[in-house]
Amino acid sequence: MAIGVKVMKRPEREVSYVRAALKGMALTFKHMLEPKVTMQYPEQKSTTDWSISQRWRGTHRMLTDEQGRSKCVACGLCPQICPANCIKLVPGEDEQGNRYPLIYEIDEFRCVFCGYCQEVCPEEAIHVGVHFENAEYSRGRFVYDLERLQSQTHAVSTLWDPSDPQGE
Amino acid sequence: MTPEMRGFLLVSVLKMLFVFTAMMIGVALLTLMERKVSAWMQNRRGPNRVGWAGLLQPAADGVKNILKEETYPALANRWLFFLAPALSFIPALLLSAVIPFAAPLPVDFDLTLGPLGRLAYHGLMPMVVADLPIGFLFVLAISSMGVYGIALAGWSSNSKYALLGGLRASAQMVSYEVAMGLSLIPVLLLSGNVSFSVIIHDQQAGLWYVLPLFLSFFVFLVSGFAETNRLPFDLPEAESELVAGYHTEYSAMKFSFFFIAEYANVVTVCAMVTTIFFGGWDIPGRWDEQGGVLQTIATGGFFFLKLMFWIFVVMWIRWTLPRFRYDQLMALGWKVLMPLALAYIMVICTAIYGIEHLAGITDPKLRSLGLFGVNVVMGLLVFGLLDSGVFIKGSNRRQQLSQAPPERATVTG
Repeated sequence: MAIGVKVMKRPEREVSYVRAALKGMALTFKHMLEPKVTMQYPEQKSTTDWSISQRWRGTHRMLTDEQGRSKCVACGLCPQICPANCIKLVPGEDEQGNRYPLIYEIDEFRCVFCGYCQEVCPEEAIHVGVHFENAEYSRGRFVYDLERLQSQTHAVSTLWDPSDPQGE
Repeated sequence: MTPEMRGFLLVSVLKMLFVFTAMMIGVALLTLMERKVSAWMQNRRGPNRVGWAGLLQPAADGVKNILKEETYPALANRWLFFLAPALSFIPALLLSAVIPFAAPLPVDFDLTLGPLGRLAYHGLMPMVVADLPIGFLFVLAISSMGVYGIALAGWSSNSKYALLGGLRASAQMVSYEVAMGLSLIPVLLLSGNVSFSVIIHDQQAGLWYVLPLFLSFFVFLVSGFAETNRLPFDLPEAESELVAGYHTEYSAMKFSFFFIAEYANVVTVCAMVTTIFFGGWDIPGRWDEQGGVLQTIATGGFFFLKLMFWIFVVMWIRWTLPRFRYDQLMALGWKVLMPLALAYIMVICTAIYGIEHLAGITDPKLRSLGLFGVNVVMGLLVFGLLDSGVFIKGSNRRQQLSQAPPERATVTG
């Protein structure tokens, strides 16, 4: 014969069927009386048991300076490192020779939320955010332009645990 | 037509409307209850968004299912595919007509209703749509019709999963029907009649049949589970093996109909257990012999409580026990329950003969107590043997018996 069937070693003595079934019934009944663990999500977004991690990498934020302009200097490192190729950056330059992004768009559908853009950014301008409620009514709305990235207000990801920066 | 006949027709139609409405709403709410009970057993809350505490969830499900697209598989037998949900749904609903759900209601009216003419009804109205003299024989006959719906659904879908589900369902239902029918013979022996109202009156006089006929009750309950295709016997729709079994190819309201049929069957089996073994609408003690409207309401409420308890037990078992293996299912049906039911008939026959003719006891309470003693002895024996796994064996136990040492796994080209 070509293929043998592996036979499980099952207990031979001291098995019980009726008692085991009754034990299981008692267990499920006990669970009915225990407190529920469900978090009532839309109303309740974190409990004492659980809250979203500060390392969560969600939809992006572009930080701004005091004048409300984006911190981005259009160096081009983030589109370069982006593994999903989802960042579109067209650099511009003003009269003083300061570079700034003419177009800065992130396609959140292509993004794999690796957080490399935040890690590579020399100006700490682009960040992944602690945010996950992204529903929209059209696909086009998922391409975030510069204005939208700047107007986001959610917390930014720390990417690593501040109490354990080496990841030990 | 005499006014009495018209009056009888009127109350019958009213009872039909009542039972049908109660059944449909009850079945809808049972789907919610099932999800709630399962949630509670898993420390969850269950559906609680639609309506207060999720009470409108069944309505939302219904609306969703009506609005969804009805799909037909290519090469399906369209007529049978269309017919099968109805075929499983109708017998399930028919059965609710013969279950007495309360003590008889004294009705007395004599009135003239426009086009209907003069209507009259005097006397006790049995609180059952049709108080059939053939009682549980009717239930056994009609409940076995339900297999047509399932088998045809499986066959007409032109899908292997559905076909296997349908085949399993027919094999399972046919096997367990035998045990189910046999388990009710001791009831017939004890009450001398198959009519539900006589059975209930006999239980009122003596003890509830669960005590004198405990093993019958056990066999009936287990076969009832198998008949309704509920876990631990839900092999016809075993999702780990057969996708969704016989209703794999069904969508929208046709799928819903299978669900309604399943829950209606659960209600029927629970109502049968309540009526035959737990006294029906009987409230223990002398209180319920006063008659009157109050008695009807109280007994109806008590029947409802008992029914809900058994429905809860059905759900409780479903969310506790794992599914049987197919050969274990067949072994349990043919090698355990059927011989047990047959042996039990013999024991009960002998015991009744001994008690009534040799000992000369005719008081129904004493007779029931005597039979209860017989049940304790036999029950301990049966459950001891069941517990030790003599009847249903694990796979290695079978191998040891056939003296075949397990082959080592050798894989060659």
